[in-house]
Amino acid sequence: MWTLIQIELYKIFRRPRTYIAFVAIAALISIIQFGLKLDGKSYADFLMKDIGGSMEIDGNIINGYLICYIMLQLLLVHVPLLVALISADMISGEANMGTLRLLLSKPYSRTELLLAKFFASTVYTIMLLVWLAILALFVSMWIFGVGDMFLMKSSYVVLISQNDVFWRYAGAFLFATLAMITVSALGFFLSIFAENSIGPIVATMSIIVFFTILSTLNIPIFNALKPYLFTTHLISWKEFFDLKVNDSNEAIMGSIQNPQRIINSALVLIVHILAFLGASIWIFNKKDVLS
Amino acid sequence: MQQIVQVTGLTKQFKNLTAVNDLSFSVNEGDVYGFLGQNGAGKSTTIRMMLSLIEPTFGNIQMFGMDLEKHRREILRNVGAVIEKPDVYKYLSAYDNLQLFARLSGIKPTQKLIMDQLEMVGLRNRAEDKVKTFSQGMKQRLGIAIALIHNPQLIILDEPTNGLDPQGIADIRNLILQLSREFKKTIIVSSHLLNEIEQIATRLLIIDKGEKLVEGNATTLFDPAQTIVEIQTLDNFYALMQLKGSKWADMLQKSNNNAILLKVDRKLIPTLHADLAAMRIQLISLQPRNSLEDYFLQVTSGNQHVDTYSN
Repeated sequence: MWTLIQIELYKIFRRPRTYIAFVAIAALISIIQFGLKLDGKSYADFLMKDIGGSMEIDGNIINGYLICYIMLQLLLVHVPLLVALISADMISGEANMGTLRLLLSKPYSRTELLLAKFFASTVYTIMLLVWLAILALFVSMWIFGVGDMFLMKSSYVVLISQNDVFWRYAGAFLFATLAMITVSALGFFLSIFAENSIGPIVATMSIIVFFTILSTLNIPIFNALKPYLFTTHLISWKEFFDLKVNDSNEAIMGSIQNPQRIINSALVLIVHILAFLGASIWIFNKKDVLS
Repeated sequence: MQQIVQVTGLTKQFKNLTAVNDLSFSVNEGDVYGFLGQNGAGKSTTIRMMLSLIEPTFGNIQMFGMDLEKHRREILRNVGAVIEKPDVYKYLSAYDNLQLFARLSGIKPTQKLIMDQLEMVGLRNRAEDKVKTFSQGMKQRLGIAIALIHNPQLIILDEPTNGLDPQGIADIRNLILQLSREFKKTIIVSSHLLNEIEQIATRLLIIDKGEKLVEGNATTLFDPAQTIVEIQTLDNFYALMQLKGSKWADMLQKSNNNAILLKVDRKLIPTLHADLAAMRIQLISLQPRNSLEDYFLQVTSGNQHVDTYSN
């Protein structure tokens, strides 16, 4: 099994396609960082315009922590495509290249092969998120410095002390990784049905877009479905940045407003991962390989 | 002689299509086993079932005395295969592909083993080149090297000469003969190129529409009493007139400007040769044509797709 995992990782990281995602993330983040470095003051004024006269803020608002949050909001919508580029290609790509039949005629079970491939695509997803964390958080901290984190929510403002931010990012990135592994599992599941990777990649993104729209619509008939859709929970990393407040309406350091919501979201995502992986193994074991 | 493969009552149904129907055959140790049939006859489906890529609807496959369903892992460790096209990872070099598939086959290859294998298939000087730069023939040879890297007892080659030029076909033929004679491998070769199989196979199986038509030793499959003899003379019209007036008249099969065909007992060929000389027929050639192609067309008669054309 370890040999299989090593081989799958070797194949992933020897393919030029793998590095598209890393380059794309680096390019996007660099552009945002460059823009904010040049014109951060205008962006801060834009953020503050709605609450202009009601409060006064000292210090550096446009710091590394806020910029990382802005980038996560922007990028985590697009990262599923980069994840699907690899995961949706894991089986369909082999079928397309014609290597699947050779692979399956080797002395390993199909279940072992699928588990090795899924594990390898999970490693890729984790590395992508680590890369995102390095560029979006650490490089931003280096370029823009650190300070208290000032977040504008739809109906309120959150101010998090700089000493209370870093662990929240650790939690947020861990949760985002779980969310992206769910996307990876979906792409992986779809890849067993196709003989080229375009179909499963497009199907993965279509399902995410479709369910995200359902998750966003406020129509009573769909509301009952929302808690069970994985797309509802993909953005639950934001919960790490909502704090409890005391009776004086002051944020309590080290607190999360609704930790149960994070746990529930994580459970829903884990159930989806197991369901996609289990279905992949069950179907693939019965499949005749005709490619 | 030990039986390496024993297939019993193998059947595969795809919805309404029966691709393989109650097929039984056996392959002995050391055989070069020619697996013949027209396109769509069920050869590849059978081979895929033998490699557990397709699940049989009915029937049983035993290899090395073990049931494939129960001992898949042990069996496949001892099998090397090229299935239709020799597709490998195009973004990797020949060396990397060979190393990768060797590890998948359960061995840790040394550099020497990999280079020796590449040497055997004539790719040593292209070891570091990416496979995407290879010709079809080179890919085919690399596919064979991959099938052999773990030193399997049984080698299954499904249409190994597909897409090759005449030199490539000859190279593969020589390689199969070398594997059989020098390395004592058991080889199953499926093909629809009959003259290629004829030159290498020790035993043959012909299938049609998923069913076995005939199985046996290549040397004894053909009936020597029904040997087709092709005669070419300087004046075929004169020769035909002479033959029609002789004891050979009943044995005449066909004639045209190029050749005269007779069906005779193999033992009578020297007599025929003497009679032709006695009839002052100026002979250019006299050739027994008990080819596999003739035999194949004979046993698959009725399945001809296009009318026979002759000048």
